Amino acid sequence: MTTDRRPLLLMTPALLWLTALMVIPCALILVLAFFRRGIYGGIEYTWTLENLALVFDPLYFRIFLKSAGIAGLSAAIACVLGYAAAYAIAAMPRRRQPTLLFFAVLPFWSNYLVRTYAWIVLLNREGLIVNIARWLGYNGELPSMLYTEQTVIVGLVYNYLPFVILACYAPLSRMNPEVTEASRDLGASAWTTFRRITLPMTVPGIATGFVFVFVLSIGNFVTPALLGGGQFQMIGNLVYAQFLTANDWPFGAALSMVLILVMLGLLMAQAVVAERASNGKGQSDG
Amino acid sequence: MTRHSPRTRAFLRNGVFAAAMVAALGAPAMAEPLTISNWDGYMAPDAIEKFNSQTGNEAELVLHATNEEIMGKLIASKGAGYDVVFVSSPFAEVLHNLGLAETLDHSKIPNLANLYKEATELPHDPGNAFSVPYAWGTTGLCYRSDLVKDPTSWDDLLKPSEDVAGKTTMLATDRWLLAAGQLDLGYSVNETDPDKMAKVRDLLIEAKKTLLAYDDTTFYAKLVSGEAELVQAWDGWCNYGIGENADIKYVIPKEGSDLWVDTMVILKASEHKDAAYAFVNYILDAANHRWAAENILYKVPNQAAMEGVDPSLLETYPNMAFKPADMLKYEQLRDVGDAQREYSRIVSEIKAAN
Repeated sequence: MTTDRRPLLLMTPALLWLTALMVIPCALILVLAFFRRGIYGGIEYTWTLENLALVFDPLYFRIFLKSAGIAGLSAAIACVLGYAAAYAIAAMPRRRQPTLLFFAVLPFWSNYLVRTYAWIVLLNREGLIVNIARWLGYNGELPSMLYTEQTVIVGLVYNYLPFVILACYAPLSRMNPEVTEASRDLGASAWTTFRRITLPMTVPGIATGFVFVFVLSIGNFVTPALLGGGQFQMIGNLVYAQFLTANDWPFGAALSMVLILVMLGLLMAQAVVAERASNGKGQSDG
Repeated sequence: MTRHSPRTRAFLRNGVFAAAMVAALGAPAMAEPLTISNWDGYMAPDAIEKFNSQTGNEAELVLHATNEEIMGKLIASKGAGYDVVFVSSPFAEVLHNLGLAETLDHSKIPNLANLYKEATELPHDPGNAFSVPYAWGTTGLCYRSDLVKDPTSWDDLLKPSEDVAGKTTMLATDRWLLAAGQLDLGYSVNETDPDKMAKVRDLLIEAKKTLLAYDDTTFYAKLVSGEAELVQAWDGWCNYGIGENADIKYVIPKEGSDLWVDTMVILKASEHKDAAYAFVNYILDAANHRWAAENILYKVPNQAAMEGVDPSLLETYPNMAFKPADMLKYEQLRDVGDAQREYSRIVSEIKAAN
């Protein structure tokens, strides 16, 4: 007779946990964006929009755009590589797939910093690659492979690729093979079948993977600091600096607020893509 | 200034976490112990234990990773919850300006007599009214003498010769990054004039083109591996490189250096003032203070302690033997107040430049 309250009960602890330990502290920090920085790095409690306006100052806005560019490129590369890998895994015999997926997420078993430092060991001027090249008889100067924008992108793609593989594998493995068989029977080439059938049906997975990599990359500050040699400021580094060196919490909060809004926008876009795909003509569930 | 031994660096996170846990769990106890906040590895591991057993106090150590971290906490709590904090001099100055630092009663710190005369005349706090210096040093050039010609000027770092270009690093922290440019141009390390700072910015943007990286933590390791050949460095940290490769040397460029000073400050809000004074006095004891010089390889402003340092150490690490009178010729970094936002902006401009 009564509506079932059990789901609500089950959700309550998690909701309380998130509200008390994430939503409220985040809100407390974000509200600082509307106050003034005190002369000794404290907070002066007078309302101002100055900090938010400063985010759109050409200098800082350029850093925003640059971060978005780096994050976008990383996400795009990760999607191409990750989708191909997920496609290959999904095409394997079912019993082998768990093993392959296990290997795909294996890097997560080690610490992010350790993995990033491993790239430094590999790429630096006196590193493994250079030494192997020398051992093979190469004597010329090698171009600097470390502390460039490209290295930052390589590091981001490497670190987040497993997310894309997992996100794309889910819809690919759930596809009903009869759908593609029907397409081939009706005369479509393998490429056309992939382009017209498989790809559209797995777009939600790609969108999820893309948004994941983008969101994690745009706020990342460890990779630019280590692999970029601190020579690129991404928005994450800028926020980090406001809180930890410049003692300008209001500006840091303002930057974070804009960043969170960008991320929320993207997550909403991704939800829309997923919604459209599931309401579309393709029925992805077999 | 991340002034903890690099060897313990990897454990820092765990240490901070453990300290936070201890603080959280210890909070409800009836009598709060004397709380000392310091960088990890910046004093003898058994210092607290020995202090407690010698004086019958109950002190505990908490750790901070940066000045800014402990300042955030102190400003938020108006100093409550801490008794003695280790901070760099510009931050000691801020604590004083905010009225959070105790005005020191010298009669309770007899070991102040161990300090060099110069250490009692520091411009940020002449007469040690609110801060007691713990360690001090300079910022200059650390280099591989077997790979580069001995540098003499900040120009050697900022406008490197062709064979050194791409093999230099600079400190990533705002104030020291800017100081390299300010000193090179003959300005004060606390210069805030917009036209002069624009020149500093332009110089450092040019310098960035020849830079391998900005690096605050692993620059000496880069020298040891040969990845870098000439780096901007704190003298104490250069010693970690010298310890691994005797070809590494340290020099103060002819245009000068800053004088950095890390200090101990007693909080006005402390509820254990006598114990806090006893702790500061304990650290200033010649043998206790000597520990820092011999193990962290930083100079300490304690004459009695420095005179006891093993002479072979001064030979291996020549900058350990810098004379206080010479160091005092250099200007200290001071709190620049509102100009800090402009400093941060200039650093962002430099780092965002291509």
